[in-house]
Amino acid sequence: MSIPLFLVQLLNGLQLGVLLFLVSAGLTLIFGVMGFINLAHGALYMVGAYLAFTLTGVTGSFLLSLLLVFPAMFLLGLGLDTLVFRHFYDRDHLDQVLVTFGLIVILDEAVKMIWGRAPLSVPIPAALSGSITLMDGLLYPAYRLAIIGAGLAVAVLLSILVTRTRAGMLVRAGATNARIVAALGVNIRGLFMLVFGVGAMLAGFSGVMAAPIFALEPGMGDAFLILAFVVIVTGGIGSIRGAFIASLLVGLVDTLGRSFATDLLKLTMSSSAAGRIGPALASMSIYILMAAVLFFRPAGLFPAAGRA
Amino acid sequence: MKVLSTLLGCAAAAILTTSASAAAEPVKVAFMNSLSSTSSVGAKQGRDGFALALKELGGKFGGVDTQVIWEDDEGKPDVAVTKAKTLVERDHVDAIVGFTFTNVAMAALKPIVDSKTFFLSTNPGPSPVAGKRCSPYFFSVSYQMDLESGASGKYANDAKLDTAFLIAPNYQAGKDSLGGFKRLYKGKIVEEDYTPLHQIDYSSDVARIAAAKPSALYVFMPGAPGVNFVKQLRQAGLADKVTFLSAFTIDESALPALQDSAIGLYGSADWAPNLDNPANKKFVADFEKEYGYVPSNFSAHAYDAAMLIDSAVRAVHGDMSNKDAFRAALKKADFKSVRGEFKFNTNQFPIQNYYLVKAAKRPDGKYETEAVKNVMPMQGDEYAKDCSMK
Repeated sequence: MSIPLFLVQLLNGLQLGVLLFLVSAGLTLIFGVMGFINLAHGALYMVGAYLAFTLTGVTGSFLLSLLLVFPAMFLLGLGLDTLVFRHFYDRDHLDQVLVTFGLIVILDEAVKMIWGRAPLSVPIPAALSGSITLMDGLLYPAYRLAIIGAGLAVAVLLSILVTRTRAGMLVRAGATNARIVAALGVNIRGLFMLVFGVGAMLAGFSGVMAAPIFALEPGMGDAFLILAFVVIVTGGIGSIRGAFIASLLVGLVDTLGRSFATDLLKLTMSSSAAGRIGPALASMSIYILMAAVLFFRPAGLFPAAGRA
Repeated sequence: MKVLSTLLGCAAAAILTTSASAAAEPVKVAFMNSLSSTSSVGAKQGRDGFALALKELGGKFGGVDTQVIWEDDEGKPDVAVTKAKTLVERDHVDAIVGFTFTNVAMAALKPIVDSKTFFLSTNPGPSPVAGKRCSPYFFSVSYQMDLESGASGKYANDAKLDTAFLIAPNYQAGKDSLGGFKRLYKGKIVEEDYTPLHQIDYSSDVARIAAAKPSALYVFMPGAPGVNFVKQLRQAGLADKVTFLSAFTIDESALPALQDSAIGLYGSADWAPNLDNPANKKFVADFEKEYGYVPSNFSAHAYDAAMLIDSAVRAVHGDMSNKDAFRAALKKADFKSVRGEFKFNTNQFPIQNYYLVKAAKRPDGKYETEAVKNVMPMQGDEYAKDCSMK
């Protein structure tokens, strides 16, 4: 292990964290404000990626397809809310899990029917196809830097939206106590629909951003969904700041764990034993992190006020 | 009176002829594959290969009435066992053909061979079944896993690539493939990287490869993980700095997604679309005409399996009741394989060529693998000596 490799892995961890933030920001909003467990969030990420595939193919421009995905996903979010979710806001969490799980299956099969089951690829946009040299023999695609930039921009934007606008204030109030907010005369149903639309938009946006570097296949959102739940539980449900810090933490721990677990174990045990235990331990690292955080702070790192 | 006796005569003739043809029961074959699992592209390609062969044979094996039952094991071992038992006990099939995943095939193995039904694998080639657990009812029409991966290892020796970095997902097939490579590779293994099964972002693994600076990289990553890994390796500028060797990673099931990023990368396989023999040329042309995509080794093995069954049924004249005769006919492998030279070893696994293949773009814009070197001519696996069949 060398210093340059360590620094490169730090960067990789940060980039994974930022991508995780893009996926989990929407999820924490929905869960925090509406108390609604949306398992289909990963499937919405998948839909965003597949829409990017088709729109890039049709328009020839990644930027145009990115801009088109925003309203498309917003409308999809509104549609899902009207058709399915609004009937479940007051229901038990288990009912919400069941209905959103069903939605995952429906969306996966729909994607299989429309786009087929073979993995698909979206090319990196030409403007960002360059790369920088990170260390001897290793190039870092400029596009990944763009992802980091986009994630940070979204974090800043959401932070401003939530803390400095009226709508953001209502969202924060709704996360604390939705009934009182409704009693004060705010159209809570409209607020929920807006939050859902924005959440779906964020999920779709992260899907579009991820599409050029990851292969598209039905069910691609499932891995991110689990990671996103780890992030929002660790960070504190309903808190954007918590999601941001937790996603960076999870990204770093996961990446550094996978990179160096085996090497660290080799210091104390035989090479073959380390080779067997290392990968398993690396896979567990983020869950151990989550458990450790929850042990000391059961509501997460930065719980939304009123939830601690 | 004359009319009545004529009618009776006709009726008698009709009864006699129908009872004569009823004595020859239709050949019953089931094709089972993991159609509705994740990473099921290979399953569909296998099914297409088998269906194409069946179509060319006019829907009949050996010219005899045939019934084919198509089954989906969903990639789940328990579903495969249930369906295999049904096929054997209720439908009394003569053979079960197919399978995509090794763990599913291993689960279904016992119920099928214990009932003395033939099991022809069009993909899994597990080493236990090639050795101690061999069965007179099991045939691998595809390959033996160690050799499929080992060919890359042998090529790495021949090309004097003295350091190698290995990477595969952390499950049994991954471990088997890396094991197969290691068995034949004599150089120094700088690292064995087992990645989590559903990992999507390989940037940290790519960074480790860059830091290790191996001369060879051996990859076993079927499906979308492989597409992700190869793309990210290429984007990091590493694909040109190492000799990229693989199995099941840059094959025709992944090339439509990888496209240009795979060009020039190597793999090891027992078949490639450009193999120059008449049976293969016909197969590839007909397949592309029928389905519109380039066939993969999954399709080729399934096609061969159908042709093999056809030759064996023909040899026993459709009499499936004599299992020893049918087995002998299968073992003869008296059919024109798309792989060219093909025969069975004593353990009923193939003796065939294993090639170094290279991913390339065809003039018509489609992508395929091309055999560039016959690394292990007519090679049988090392487990045959452990098998009790001689």
